[in-house]
Amino acid sequence: MSKIAEAFDGKKAFIPFITCGDPSLEVTEQLVYAIAEAGADLIELGIPFSDPTAEGPVIMAADERALAGGATTDKIFAMVKRIREKVTLPMVFMTYANVIYSYGSERFISQAAAVGIDGLILPDIPFEEKDEFDGICKQYGLDLVSMIAPTSNDRIRMIAKEANGFVYCVSSLGVTGVRQEITTDIGAMIRLVKEAKDIPCAVGFGISTPEQAAKMAAIADGAIVGSAIVKLCAQYGEECVPYVAEYVKSMKDAIRDL
Amino acid sequence: MSKGRFGIHGGQYIPETLMNAVIELEEAYNHYKDDPEFNRELTELFNEYAGRPSRLYYAKHMTEDLGGAKIYLKREDLNHTGAHKINNVLGQALLAKKMGKTRLIAETGAGQHGVATATAAALMGMECVVFMGKEDTIRQALNVYRMRLLGSEVIPIESGTGTLKDACSAAFREWSSRMSDTHYCLGSVMGPHPFPTIVRDFQSVISKEIKQQILEKEGRLPDAVLACVGGGSNAIGAFYHFIEDKDVRLIGCEAAGRGVNTAETAATIATGRLGIFHGMKSYFCQDEYGQIAPVYSISAGLDYPGIGPEHAALYDSGRAEYVPVTDEEAVEAFEYLSRIEGIIPAIESAHAVSYAMKLAPTMRKDQIIVINISGRGDKDVAAIARYRGEDLYE
Repeated sequence: MSKIAEAFDGKKAFIPFITCGDPSLEVTEQLVYAIAEAGADLIELGIPFSDPTAEGPVIMAADERALAGGATTDKIFAMVKRIREKVTLPMVFMTYANVIYSYGSERFISQAAAVGIDGLILPDIPFEEKDEFDGICKQYGLDLVSMIAPTSNDRIRMIAKEANGFVYCVSSLGVTGVRQEITTDIGAMIRLVKEAKDIPCAVGFGISTPEQAAKMAAIADGAIVGSAIVKLCAQYGEECVPYVAEYVKSMKDAIRDL
Repeated sequence: MSKGRFGIHGGQYIPETLMNAVIELEEAYNHYKDDPEFNRELTELFNEYAGRPSRLYYAKHMTEDLGGAKIYLKREDLNHTGAHKINNVLGQALLAKKMGKTRLIAETGAGQHGVATATAAALMGMECVVFMGKEDTIRQALNVYRMRLLGSEVIPIESGTGTLKDACSAAFREWSSRMSDTHYCLGSVMGPHPFPTIVRDFQSVISKEIKQQILEKEGRLPDAVLACVGGGSNAIGAFYHFIEDKDVRLIGCEAAGRGVNTAETAATIATGRLGIFHGMKSYFCQDEYGQIAPVYSISAGLDYPGIGPEHAALYDSGRAEYVPVTDEEAVEAFEYLSRIEGIIPAIESAHAVSYAMKLAPTMRKDQIIVINISGRGDKDVAAIARYRGEDLYE
């Protein structure tokens, strides 16, 4: 079983996302310790990108703050290395293709593996382009997480068959961000995945309340929350750690007994 | 390797949400591109509405003044809406209409592509929303009003550097939230497959006409074809039918801004590196960590940190050359062509005029240069006046 699969073993996974370096890498490190303690099952660490085309305004602004604050790929590797000495939870990087490609794909992936990263989520790498990184990921034991969207339809089977780690189910059209309501038939998407491969499915995009998380986790294997957490980081800045920890705990509690 | 490759460049590096939309577009394009009825309608729009074919004008005074190669100007500035952008837009709007789409969205830099899209939407009775960097809405205020006059909504984008790349990102974001009735009418030979191919095909009418016109006038092919390059749509249009004619030099003129040795430049080939952005693998201006650089040029239309994948491949193979031209050189060429031929070129096109001014004197009098005048300069007059220190506002 891959490290990522362990996050879903016998439980519904709560997967928080934070942007590395927002408001500072020191705070990010403390956030990881706090959210691991608060019940996260897998942590998504965002490496900021100048032009994150799949993100809504909340995470775009976080990326801008993080880059303005001096976060770089090398500093993030160093931070993860420190975190790995204390945290055993699976951790994945969420970033954009150019951050990896420009660094040197093998150089990036080998270093990510060396500091203890378990997988990559790359929203601008669809199935057709996964060969860009998938072979190298396999070589270094990382899972390149596949995404499916409400528009995927007949593509779901093809994507699921070759998926690793877990399948990231995008809940709705558009970019990341809080939504009042999720209307997509997520259950149908997940059934198609499971028919093709026995792999965990986590739902992301638009989830912000414990009720939404519970609803999604009831039909999936986990819930991913980004913008709602990043909003707390924006609101409380250097003081955000206890607020995020409390929020993560409330979200995990909402799905714990499902 | 995935679809839509030019050498190692191109591809489809986009979110899964958009994959079926680009696949649908590719299938529709493959169906209609050889459809006689589609081509008849498009040719009629080109000729009757856009005013094609555009003239190939012998620039006698410029030729005599520079004292070298004979210079011809391909007058894309005379098209309806004042630039080459209309060629691609009429093609895509017609295709979108055939696909049953009722709404067009577009990014724009200088505003030329936005105006062209707003025009086509008005003509075809479609809804239209144009995304434009905040900075550019100020630099090109008249074009913003023009789009509104044509019935389009213009959304200023403040994120990032508030320029073309941010407008482009915003259009991709909008498209990923609404595809069923909306076509993203991408303005250059960039983005994910099939856009670089579709836009190139619709713009290739430029080189098709140049070839026919120069053979009529001179009985031979030109020695060099020059065009400005941002994303590269007018350049690929001017180059395309000459790619197999190895004796024709193809020269793309990039916006060097304040110089390729400064941070204030948009010259992708001169200063960029291989990368993956906006759906394609190509060359991009970026820092050591792959963060896209905040590029600069006096020309809003060339102010883009990347270059289309086919240009990247033409550069790799050595088939085309790419040269940087600074703001100052472009402004001088803008003034020069206005004075000597009575033609005010777009500041974008002035980059190509500038390089021709350097190149022509080094060539023999029996040699021929064609410069693609991709657009007219009316939109730039106030900005150039300010560049020259005059207190002039639109």
